[in-house]
Amino acid sequence: MDIYLPVAEVSLDIFVLLGIGAGVGFLSGVFGVGGGFLLTPLLILIGVPPAVAVASSANQLVGASVSGVLAHYRRGRVDFKMGFTLLMGGLAGSVLGVWLFTLFARLGQLELVISLCFVVLLGVLGAMMGVESVRTILRQRRPGAARHRLHRHTWMHGLPLKTRFRRSQLYISALLPVGLGFAVGVLSAIMGIGGGFLMVPAMIYTLGMPTAMVPGTSLLQIIFVAANVTMLQAYTSHTVDAVLALLLLVGGVIGAQFGTRFGTRLRGEQLRFLLAILVLVVAAKLARDLTLRPADLFMIPTDNRG
Amino acid sequence: MNGRRLGLALLGLVALLTGPARAEPVVADLSSHLIAITTGFTGASVVLFGATDGAADVVAIIRGPERDVTIWRKGKIAGVWANTESVTFANIPSFYAVAASRPLNDILSPAAATLYKIGTDHLKFEPKTPTDPDRARVFADALIEVRKRANVFSPSHEKIAFLGDRLFRTTFFFPANVPTGTYLVEVFLVRDKDVVGGQTTPLIVSKVGIDAAVFDFARQNAVAYGAIAVMMAVMAGWIASLPFRNT
Repeated sequence: MDIYLPVAEVSLDIFVLLGIGAGVGFLSGVFGVGGGFLLTPLLILIGVPPAVAVASSANQLVGASVSGVLAHYRRGRVDFKMGFTLLMGGLAGSVLGVWLFTLFARLGQLELVISLCFVVLLGVLGAMMGVESVRTILRQRRPGAARHRLHRHTWMHGLPLKTRFRRSQLYISALLPVGLGFAVGVLSAIMGIGGGFLMVPAMIYTLGMPTAMVPGTSLLQIIFVAANVTMLQAYTSHTVDAVLALLLLVGGVIGAQFGTRFGTRLRGEQLRFLLAILVLVVAAKLARDLTLRPADLFMIPTDNRG
Repeated sequence: MNGRRLGLALLGLVALLTGPARAEPVVADLSSHLIAITTGFTGASVVLFGATDGAADVVAIIRGPERDVTIWRKGKIAGVWANTESVTFANIPSFYAVAASRPLNDILSPAAATLYKIGTDHLKFEPKTPTDPDRARVFADALIEVRKRANVFSPSHEKIAFLGDRLFRTTFFFPANVPTGTYLVEVFLVRDKDVVGGQTTPLIVSKVGIDAAVFDFARQNAVAYGAIAVMMAVMAGWIASLPFRNT
């Protein structure tokens, strides 16, 4: 059954949209990533104009993240103090990111910059996470060898503004989460995503948060980043399709609930291994698209409102 | 309903033509002057019909609202395909379709085709900044090709069918991604390879009902629209989590 989307200006099958929403929502619940890095390319693939896909995905992420945070909150797996500290940096970073976004769009290189960002970031993070999680799993298979250093001291622990994050059992400089939030904020504004897939590994490896606390806290931060992107896109480019977002949400919020339940049954390193594989698959696909000769050498950005 | 309306209109035309001598060499009309884009819109077709003042050929073109168009060409930089060159053309129709009673080359001289911009080969492509003509031609051809693939430039000439000597009709198809705005439908009467008469009719492509309301609201009250979109998402997320509260 086809439905006409008023802002995207295309007709699409309603069940395909609901299915995509449910699938991405499930993954979002499992891993605590917003799923934007999957949702946006999928929407473009089925014929949604890229600019509308980016903006409407952000809109959808708001709802999916609210659903996910509530599920994690009931299990006591959200660190509010950490979430809002990250967010302070994130909002500042997105201002710089939006400025860069418009600059690249004017130069006609937005598409390329987005793809390159995805390939580099997803590739590096996926490889890092994959290696680390496999090592952890192997170490546990050999009983007696499980012990490793709990806490490594680096230059990061010498920074000022030390703050206690009780839920995460951390005593670190507040500059770390603010800086991390800023960096992710810049990148998410350029790439039009919530940034969960960047945030999750960084929270585990850079901040040293317990894996169980990470998905809920990351989703809490994504709610606000995605809401900010939605407002900015609605105001500057008029590319938020609320009808599209609502359809994706109906599937997505339900998928996120099941995903969260599924995710709590998996162990941290298993979760990280699965996420690493997913991330690497997307990166490989994007890298291939960049280096293959495109089917059409010419393109008209305004025809896709891109 | 369209069929009946068309039948009535054709009847009226016949009555007109069999009446006193008339001056118009060609008269034509559309089965509908409005393409309404609603929630279930998957494309639409419009019937063009009319009559001539005697045996002749007929060519019809439909032209969507004109806009400036920038087209990019990709090139390989350090192993990666990127947009490297662009040309911006002024006033390019957003939709273009041609129908004719016989192949265009057989019935129309190139001069007439150029003068009346009949056929995608005879559209005017004027770069907004000075550009080498050969290069401009390459980009113009590519533009036509991209638009043809999007079904907004007619890929082949639709056939105009004659019923007897003087009555003709054809059907134009508009895809789901049809640009909105005011279209012009031009009908040309062709004799001896030249245009000898013509008529222009407007056609409106517009969103109606809830879709139009959403689209207009998104443009005119962008901040309120964004806020509502965010609120809606938050509500949906909250509602969805309720059934799972006690698990």
